Amino acid sequence: MSRRTTSTGIAGTTWSFWLFVGPFVIGLLIFSYLPILWSLVLSFFEAQNTVTPTKFVGVQNYVDMLTDDNFLSSLGTFSVFALFIVPLTFVLSLALALLVNQVKVARAFFRSVFFLPTACSYVVASLIWKLSIFNGVRFGLANTVLGWFGIEQIAWLSTVDPPWYWIPIITVRLWLQLGFYMILFIAGLQRISPALYEAAYVDGAKPGWQVFRHITWPQLRATAVAVLILNLIAAYQAFDEFYNLLGNVNFARPPLVYLYGISLGTIQDLGRGSAGALILAAIIMLVTLLQNKIFGFGKAGD
Amino acid sequence: MAARRPNAGLSRRDLLKRTGGLAALAAFTAACGGNTGRPADSGGGGGKPALAQWYHQYGEAGTREAALKYAKAYGDATVSVQWTPGDYGAKLSSGLLSSKGPDVFESQLNIAMVKSNQVVALDDLLEGVKEDFSAEDLSTNTVDGKVYGIRMIVDPQVIYYRKSLFDKAGIQPPQTIDDLIAASKELTTDKVKGIFVGNDGGVALGGPALWSSGGAYLTKDNQPGFTGERAARAFGKLRELYTSKATLLGAPTDWTDPGAFLQGLVAMQWIGMWALPAMQKAFGDDLGVFAFPALDAQGTPAVYSGGWTQFVSAKSANVDAAKKFVKWLWIDQAEFQEDWCLNYGFHIPPRKSLAAKAAKLQAGAAAETVKLNEQYGRTDNPAWTPKMGTAFGDMLTNIIRKGADPAAEISKAEKTVGTELSRLFG
Repeated sequence: MSRRTTSTGIAGTTWSFWLFVGPFVIGLLIFSYLPILWSLVLSFFEAQNTVTPTKFVGVQNYVDMLTDDNFLSSLGTFSVFALFIVPLTFVLSLALALLVNQVKVARAFFRSVFFLPTACSYVVASLIWKLSIFNGVRFGLANTVLGWFGIEQIAWLSTVDPPWYWIPIITVRLWLQLGFYMILFIAGLQRISPALYEAAYVDGAKPGWQVFRHITWPQLRATAVAVLILNLIAAYQAFDEFYNLLGNVNFARPPLVYLYGISLGTIQDLGRGSAGALILAAIIMLVTLLQNKIFGFGKAGD
Repeated sequence: MAARRPNAGLSRRDLLKRTGGLAALAAFTAACGGNTGRPADSGGGGGKPALAQWYHQYGEAGTREAALKYAKAYGDATVSVQWTPGDYGAKLSSGLLSSKGPDVFESQLNIAMVKSNQVVALDDLLEGVKEDFSAEDLSTNTVDGKVYGIRMIVDPQVIYYRKSLFDKAGIQPPQTIDDLIAASKELTTDKVKGIFVGNDGGVALGGPALWSSGGAYLTKDNQPGFTGERAARAFGKLRELYTSKATLLGAPTDWTDPGAFLQGLVAMQWIGMWALPAMQKAFGDDLGVFAFPALDAQGTPAVYSGGWTQFVSAKSANVDAAKKFVKWLWIDQAEFQEDWCLNYGFHIPPRKSLAAKAAKLQAGAAAETVKLNEQYGRTDNPAWTPKMGTAFGDMLTNIIRKGADPAAEISKAEKTVGTELSRLFG
């Protein structure tokens, strides 16, 4: 542990260290670790309508959650959602980054334009999607467009079969998050040394696909993996747009909406809710580590 | 460009593990965080106790000002009113977990609130006036012989319709659910849908459909009462209505708001009497009302007699002061009760003496609604907990929107409700 010896080696830094780190650590302890520990405790108790339970039930809450069809189907909903949103966001934000990066004029303008939606709240965007774009009546934007082609109006958010509700759900998130991942990709693109492109040009590589495939893409690998992981985690935590567009419905609720419903809604079953939250946290950790392993991230020298 | 090391102190593996950990934390805090936003404890002016009174957001203009006016008029305590837009039920549930929640609040009683000691019995407040409340309004707030809440308003939920549209189509108010489906189809044009029962396709109709078939949420001895073949048939009819293409879906406002009806998007709407003033303003006398129709000749029409009730939180630091305030506002101040029931949205005053005097409810659609409520009104059963309600709602969603087999869905819900019942009643 060479780092530690260097940090304790400089005299008089301890005080400043705690001055800067202390408030953050205290905040983390109080607002993150304490609730986690508390829900760990709650998850072993029958805790309905109370946060100071007395009846110990062992792992029963975990068993209940893992055999709860609704919880399992919420994980299924998440999987469908991730299947759409992760590849779509990845490809589209990369494409946007490449395009915006090529632009010679008004670069800052284009970047800001695509980045701006990131600053918009999920709730606000959901309301716009719900009330004006994808409402089910004939004067909604989407239905107006369908009307031009003589197609019958669709109740976007109310129709389960076929599952039209996925279109608003996916598009609102794409609109909100594309810009953010685009910025990450642009940052990645700008870290690629122009010398590599010059060398490729001298070696006769054709601009376009060949350069992208052999120079840009390999050099973007670190960014790409980060985007993928952040994207997947964000998808796991989907809540706002589902809650605001669809409410707590059993055919399309991601894990967080379901857990919210049983533990913080009117049911107040904090024991099972905590067990579910811990199961979800374990899954996210596992997936992240697995992804880490598959992409071989963190190999020496990489 | 040698191998790039963005941060020599942190390998990528470390970084990833940490991001993963952080994400897990975030998932946690998001799942376990509290939605509190409690009222500030002002300490109270001049030694008077401070009371926090919580309301959900009433849709009608002027209601909030009225609530503030009543609170201000009370002399024995400083009452701060918390007006809650959005998910009031969820907010209230977390508020009741601690002493930082409300002292006085409106809600509907369920047995879990009593079992976990969240509310105090209010029998002593009712002394001498108990006879003035209807039996249903008392029983919906009674657990084990004790009354826990004072009913504030009664909100019958029924179907309102445009008489002119019925006349044009040459149809009569429906007598059975089949009539209702037929009428909805009949009234549907390319501009107007037959009926609006909510953007979720009619989950709110689950209870009325069940009652109209002769069932109930729970039987008298607290067993699931929605399991019969007739109940399955009633739920199947709701599916039929949903797939008839005659219901409005995806409206900007939901069924509790008269918006869709006022904009002429539908000919009929399932809604409570609270919206009657707005509808009368728009359509005058062109307004009719009927109860949820009977399943068939053997069934009866059904009206959901919803409403709000005032409770005192057991965790309040000033239970006695809170009780005194509730007695003052909801029992002694007849003038304020009348104002609350009749001057914004329409609600039936629970006090018989007041209801008899309510001139605004004695003509037209309002009078008919009151009559339907007397004949067919059904109140909530306090033994029916939110958990059972969720299982019942899931069942309806599966039947109505996904087209699942009613009998199979009923037995799934029966299992959940049964588990909950045995937890509560042993």
